[in-house]
Amino acid sequence: MKREDDFQERRKHLANLSETELEERFWKLAEKVVNPLVELAEKNTTPSIERSVLLRMGFSSLEAQSIVEGIIDRGLIGKGAGHIVYRLARDRGMEIREAGLKLADGDMWDDVIAIFQGGEG
Amino acid sequence: MELKPNKKLDIEYILEDLDKYRPRRRGWTWREGVDEKRQIGKFEYHDMSEPLQDSQPLPAAKYFDDIDPQSKSIITTEIASGRFEDDIRRMRMAAWHGADHLMVIRTAGQSHFDGLIEGTPQGIGGIPITRKQLRAQRKALDLIEDEVGRPINYHSYVSGVAGPEIAVMFAEEGVNGAHQDPQYNVLYRNINMIRSFVDAASAKKSLAWADIAQIDGAHNANATAREAWKVMPELMVQHAINSMFSVKVGMKKENICLSTVPPTAPPAPCMRLDLPYAIALRELFAEYKMRAQMNTKYMESSAREATVTHVLNLLISQLTRAEIQSTITPDEGRNVPWHIYNIEAVDTAKQAFAGMDGLMDMLEIKRDSGELAEKVRELKERAILFMEEILEVGGYFKAVEDGFFVDSGYYPERNGDGISRKSDGGVGVGTVYERDVDYMAPVTAHFGYNNIEQYDEDAIDDPARLIGGCTFEDADKIVYIDELDENDNIYLRLEETKELRGTSKLKPEMEWLGDGIILITLFLPAEERVAEFAALEIGRKLGLQDVEVIHREIMQEAEGTRIELRGRVDFTIDIDELVIPPKPEVLTEDEIREDIYTNPMMVVAATIGEDEHSVGLREIIDIKHDGIEKYGIESNYLGTSIPVEKLVDAAIELDADAILASTIISHDDIHYRNMKKLHELCVEK
Repeated sequence: MKREDDFQERRKHLANLSETELEERFWKLAEKVVNPLVELAEKNTTPSIERSVLLRMGFSSLEAQSIVEGIIDRGLIGKGAGHIVYRLARDRGMEIREAGLKLADGDMWDDVIAIFQGGEG
Repeated sequence: MELKPNKKLDIEYILEDLDKYRPRRRGWTWREGVDEKRQIGKFEYHDMSEPLQDSQPLPAAKYFDDIDPQSKSIITTEIASGRFEDDIRRMRMAAWHGADHLMVIRTAGQSHFDGLIEGTPQGIGGIPITRKQLRAQRKALDLIEDEVGRPINYHSYVSGVAGPEIAVMFAEEGVNGAHQDPQYNVLYRNINMIRSFVDAASAKKSLAWADIAQIDGAHNANATAREAWKVMPELMVQHAINSMFSVKVGMKKENICLSTVPPTAPPAPCMRLDLPYAIALRELFAEYKMRAQMNTKYMESSAREATVTHVLNLLISQLTRAEIQSTITPDEGRNVPWHIYNIEAVDTAKQAFAGMDGLMDMLEIKRDSGELAEKVRELKERAILFMEEILEVGGYFKAVEDGFFVDSGYYPERNGDGISRKSDGGVGVGTVYERDVDYMAPVTAHFGYNNIEQYDEDAIDDPARLIGGCTFEDADKIVYIDELDENDNIYLRLEETKELRGTSKLKPEMEWLGDGIILITLFLPAEERVAEFAALEIGRKLGLQDVEVIHREIMQEAEGTRIELRGRVDFTIDIDELVIPPKPEVLTEDEIREDIYTNPMMVVAATIGEDEHSVGLREIIDIKHDGIEKYGIESNYLGTSIPVEKLVDAAIELDADAILASTIISHDDIHYRNMKKLHELCVEK
């Protein structure tokens, strides 16, 4: 879009504001612009976020990659990758790391599906 | 282990036991002792911080008792050699010159790498940021900060499609500062907008946990827009979006730094454009920190021109404020920065700040009247109008789709050349997933919805309790990967440069150990194009390889051209074979004065023979010209064209301690004959 500088026209509603009022307005607008973005981030997740959770749970970058891929392939990312490893470990009486490594190696996915699609979670 | 000023950093030691390395602290550190007056050498300073315990002062410091005043601003240098083992040597040099914010640039392409990179592969225009390289650099910086006596902040980038993972790694590894701004991903890396903001919230939460100082990416609009000074209203909007988003995610305002660049450069009247902008920005963002960057938009290959622009940028910092002063190497317009230019840039900032110390105690900015007042207000209003229109069209994503950003028009003017991105396009599109009601992540510093209560209501404030603590509580849980690529790693590179480490072999370098690069400055009395090709031929005849003209500047079209030529030598020098005469022992000026005081000295002086030149001898004698009088030596000047006999007689008559004779150096060796005659007469009489 092309537009001439219509600043003088546009600024009319700002003309009588003090600079302090201008600054307050600036920050209120900034808040309005970012609020929906913050809300979006609260409600959603991504492969990188899920891998970052697994890193913090004590997995290497390669292991985290493999586990998250497995989770996405099975449509379970909405549960949270950390959640899936946690539940598998808890329900099958394993250590967190042991459970994650199984998944990274492609094992025990049937167990995961049973846990999360059996109406538990 | 402790560094010795006269010993090189030992890369082998740095690489030892990295799997067990733990950072000594988390978070950002500001300089100590700012906002207090202090005595340094003979002067009182108003704007300096605590001095270093060991440092490399400016060249002119020798006239001022070798003082090395350190500004109140943190000084940044950006390092981008592509080899971390060479970066750490440059970091040590920069720290000695006064840098305490060392920023490593990431290799080209890491933004689009989906996951973490491991090991020590070589990068292009920066290093691949990996856990091993972070540990190696942080470990080296621990030694360097102990050596210079001031904490050093280590910094890199959290952008691209692996932001959350990189941020976690930075928090774990004691990185102190990071760039994080989703708008950078969107506008300049074409990463999907939704993905960028969702990732950013997660990454920022980890940065906030680790008390890492965040720098935004708004300055890139300066470097991208066709006419950089016209994007000023938008820059304030970009800063506001990232700052407010970060605050909402949980970051402290004092850890949020605005990356701001004076948009213009001479020959534009840059101070009149840049100062109102700097003031408007600092007023709007009074609670946030300023990271002042130097202008790169109008950089050409002249290091001199870039330096002058950068000094004017520093003046803006001094007139306003800059908690972090970044520096741009003056060679950035012609090559990936070289060691020596990182140091030049750091010294430029240090020198300018020392020189401008206390300036604002004498000057006042005419804030409330005239052009400045009008411009400041106008900029604020234009920024407000920009955000009003973002909301009018339906929010941020819609505004980006409509090409609001990086448009070269002075908003609300629009030129239709902005960067437009689609919500349903870009790298990583379709990789954002809604969290289910039972979504859960049992870790510390996780942003957003997290249904912990389904397992343990008491763990809501400490989700990692579910797993007995995560890596943020227990670093031993971190899984360290050493190397993944047997054909691209530090050990192979060290093997290649083995001959140059710990041996007597020496080779010039600009970026990497043993790169052999040298720079030659020359003037050729020829027009630009002829000069360029003649210079290349000169380089080849000198035996240089990869000869390249990296700077040309017309002195006068017909009379000649200044050329800077780079090339590579492929030989080494064996320092054991060098004949180096012992360094002469020279008394200090104070020692000489003291000695003359206790043993007074008088000389007779004259220009001898048929010679009317008096200037040379006057310079040697006169106190005004730094001559011998300043030591307290008394002199009797007899004049010009004095016969040698008369000079010797005068010396005897006045009982002088020495004769000072000046004579012009001539083609027929008169000066030798006169000297001989003088000697013979003295012996005779």
